[in-house]
Amino acid sequence: MNNIITNILVCGIGGQGVMTAAEILAQTAISKGFDCKKSEVAGMAQRGGVVTSHVRFGNRVWSPVITPGTADIVVAFEVAEGSRWADMLRPGGIAMVNTIRLAPPVVSAGLFKYPDDPVAQMRAAGVTVYDFDAGAIARDLGDLKLVNTIMLGAIADFLPFPAAELEEQIVGRFRARKPAMVEVNQKAFDAGRAAARDRAEQPLAANS
Amino acid sequence: MSAAVQAKAQSRLLLSGNDAIARGVWEAGVKVAAAYPGTPSTEILESLSLYPDLYAEWSVNEKVALEVAIGGSMSGARAFCAMKHVGLNVASDAFMTVTVAGVVGGLVIAVADDVGMSSSQNEQDSRFWGRFAHVPVLEPADSQEAYEMAKYAFELSEAYNTPVLLRLTTRVCHVKAVVQVGERNAHEISGFKSDARRWVMTPANAKGQLPAQLAREGKLQALGEASPLNVLEPGTDRRIGFVTSGPAYMHLRECFPDAPVLKLGLSYPVPLALVEKLAAQVDTVVVVEETEPLIEHDLKAAGIKVHGKDLLPRLGELTPNVLIPAIKAFLGEPIPPATTYPKYEPFPRPPTMCAACPHMGVYYSLARMRKRVQISGDIGCYTLGAGHPWNALDTTISMGASMGIALGMDKARSPETADKAVVAVIGDSTFLHMGMQGMLDIVYNRGNVTTLILDNRTTGMTGGQNHAGTGKGLHGEDSPRVDFAKLVEALGVAPERIRKIDPYLLPVVFKTIKEEIETPGPSVIITDRPCVLSEFYVKIKPYRVIDEDCTGCGNCINVGCPAITVKRSESKVRADGKVNELKFTTIDTAMCTGCHMCVESCGPKAIVLAQPVAVAE
Repeated sequence: MNNIITNILVCGIGGQGVMTAAEILAQTAISKGFDCKKSEVAGMAQRGGVVTSHVRFGNRVWSPVITPGTADIVVAFEVAEGSRWADMLRPGGIAMVNTIRLAPPVVSAGLFKYPDDPVAQMRAAGVTVYDFDAGAIARDLGDLKLVNTIMLGAIADFLPFPAAELEEQIVGRFRARKPAMVEVNQKAFDAGRAAARDRAEQPLAANS
Repeated sequence: MSAAVQAKAQSRLLLSGNDAIARGVWEAGVKVAAAYPGTPSTEILESLSLYPDLYAEWSVNEKVALEVAIGGSMSGARAFCAMKHVGLNVASDAFMTVTVAGVVGGLVIAVADDVGMSSSQNEQDSRFWGRFAHVPVLEPADSQEAYEMAKYAFELSEAYNTPVLLRLTTRVCHVKAVVQVGERNAHEISGFKSDARRWVMTPANAKGQLPAQLAREGKLQALGEASPLNVLEPGTDRRIGFVTSGPAYMHLRECFPDAPVLKLGLSYPVPLALVEKLAAQVDTVVVVEETEPLIEHDLKAAGIKVHGKDLLPRLGELTPNVLIPAIKAFLGEPIPPATTYPKYEPFPRPPTMCAACPHMGVYYSLARMRKRVQISGDIGCYTLGAGHPWNALDTTISMGASMGIALGMDKARSPETADKAVVAVIGDSTFLHMGMQGMLDIVYNRGNVTTLILDNRTTGMTGGQNHAGTGKGLHGEDSPRVDFAKLVEALGVAPERIRKIDPYLLPVVFKTIKEEIETPGPSVIITDRPCVLSEFYVKIKPYRVIDEDCTGCGNCINVGCPAITVKRSESKVRADGKVNELKFTTIDTAMCTGCHMCVESCGPKAIVLAQPVAVAE
C-alpha cells in the first residue's frame, strides 16, 4: 500500500499559538480521513521557551516524531527558531518563516548573541525559505493573534488537500464561538497565502 | 478535553494519551479517582474531572492518592489513581502492601515515566515496580492503546485480584492521535465488607497471603503467553526479530517495517514462550525497550540469546534517529546521513519566570546575600531560582526535601561553613505534599534553619492545580484552606519567628530574611502573592523606563523579569581603570503587570508608571 506521510514541524515560542496551529492542521488531516499523530509540548509548557509540535499524517502513521531530515515543511513563528529547526527538512522541503525576532532574556542580558540574519544563514545552507513579516500583516488587519491564521494560510498551497479545507477548519472554530472573527480570519488566511506566493522563487502550482 | 467528554460511542477523536486514558477509565465505570499533579501525568485527572458520575480529587500527595483509591477498591468500587514516575516512589509504601492484599473493585495505577527527561529530576523506569511488587504491567504505545488498556486494566485487576500498573511515557501522554471511543460500562459499588484477615496486614495475616501473590504471578505469566495484548507480527526480513514495548514499538515500526516484531502490551510478566517462538523464526533477537534492560535481563536469565542495550542507549527515547544508525551498524549496513541541512543552535531559550512572578523578589534578595547563605531548594517553579540571573539555589533532590536537607547541612558544618545561614525554599503545594514532615524535624531537633514558604496559591509548575492551601477543590468549588502560619506554629515554630510578607516589597523581603537568618533557631517566612497565572492574580498598571534617567546600572535586570530587556550596552572606564558594563533597559509594557519589584531595585528612580495616574476620582 502506498503510504505517503506528510511531515510538518511547527515551531516557535511558548504563547505564540504553535500548538493551536498544529492542532488545526491535525484536525484538517483527520477530517480528510487520514491517520494522524501530533506531538504536544513534551513535558512542561514554559512561557518563552522553545516550542515545537510534530504533525504527521497519511494512511497509517507509526512514530509520532518526525525523523530529522524528513520534514516536508517547517513552519516557524519566529525567525531564529526557523534556523534552529531547518535541519529537520528533507531535501527540497520548505521553511515558511515569520521574520519577527524575539530575543530571550539571556540574549538581551548579553550572554548570547542573536544571529544577524537567520534567513540568509538558512539560504546559505541551501534551505528553500519563504520569509515574510506575518506580524505586520496581522497588525494591518488589527489583531496580532492572527499570526496563527496567516502562517497556516502561507502553507496552505503546499498540503495534500485543498487550501479551502484548511481555511474551513480555522473559520469553523470561530463560526461557533466568535462569529465576528470569521471574516478577519478569512482575510488573514488569504493574506498568508498571498505572502507565500509573493516569496516563491518559482510560481506555485495550486493544488486545489 | 470537553470534546472527549461529550463524544458518543464510536466517535473518532484526536486525543492525547492522557485524555484517552481518562476516557477509558470513565468507560470502565470507575467511581473513585485521585492524583497529585506531575508532568507528564497531570492532564489525566484534569480530563477525568470533567466526566459525570464519578468522584475525583486532587490528593495532597501520591501516597494519599493511592490510599484513597485503595479504600475505594476495598469498598468494591473500580478505583484509579495517576502520578508521575517519582510519585510512585512516594506512594510505594502503600503500593508494596496492597499488592499482597489484592483488590475488590479493579484498582489501576497509571504511572507516567518522563523518558527523555523534559520535566523531571531523574529518568527512572517504573516497570521495575512490576517485578518488585509482583503486579502486571501494561504498556500502551499510543492514544488508542492507552484508551483500550486503561479500560481493560480494570477487568485484569479484578480477574487476577491484583492492582495493575499502566506504564506511560511522555510520548504517550503528550502525543495526540486518533482514538475511537466506546461506551461507559456501569459498575456498581458492592460496599465494604469487613474482613480483618484480608485487610489488616499484621505479619500473620500478610504471611498467609504471600503464597497467593506468587501463585498469581504464575497465572499472569500464563496469561501473557496468550494475551491479545502481546502480538507476534510476522515479517519478511528475518535477520532481526524485535521484542519491544510502549512507544518504542511505533518508532521501530517506522524504521523497520519488514522485520518480525513481538510487541508486548502486557510486558510483565514477560511471555518467554512467545519470545522463543520469535527467536525460532529469525537470525537474531534484539530487545528495544525504554529505558532499562528489564525485558532483556528476564530473557537472558531464561537462557534466551538476545541483544539489547549492547546496541541501544540506556537513556532517553528510542526514536527513529537513534534506532536507525544503531541497528544498521549492527547489520553492517551503511548508515544513511541523517540530515541534508546542517544543525544550527542559535542560542538557548531557558525557561524563565513569568513577568511579575512573586518568586523573583525572594531570589533577588537571596542573590544579594548569596555568600552568606546555603540555599536548599525544592521542586516547583521556584527551582528556576538556580538559573540566570539569580543563581540562588544550591540543592534540589525531591519533593519536600528542602527542609530535611537544610537540617542535615545545619548539623554538618565545617569551619568554613560555620557562619553561613541555612535557608530552605519551598512552595505551598510542595510544602503540603511532603514538606510538613521536614519542617517538624527542624523544630523537633532544634535546627538552625530559616524556611521560606513561597505561597503563590497554586501548583504552578504543572499548570495551576488547586490544593489544600488554595481554598478550592478539583472542580473549583470552595474548600477549607490551610493557614500556613497556624500550621507551622502547630508544628512548633515560635509565633514571633513566623513572618508573613509581601514578596513584591523588595526591601521588606531582604530585611526579613536578614533578620531571621541572623537569629538562631527555626523560623519561617511566608510570602503571600498569588501566581500571576492563577485566578487570584490581579494586574496592576504597567511601568516604563525614563531613558534620560536610566544610568545603566543593571539592577532591574537582576530582578529577572522577562518584561525587562537590555536596549543598549556600553563599556565605561572608571577612574580606577576598571571597566563597567552598563546596560540600559526598557520595559515591555504589554508584558508588565505592575508588580513594581523593578521600581524597588532602581536607584535613580528611572522606572515610572507608563501612564500618568489620574489623581482625582
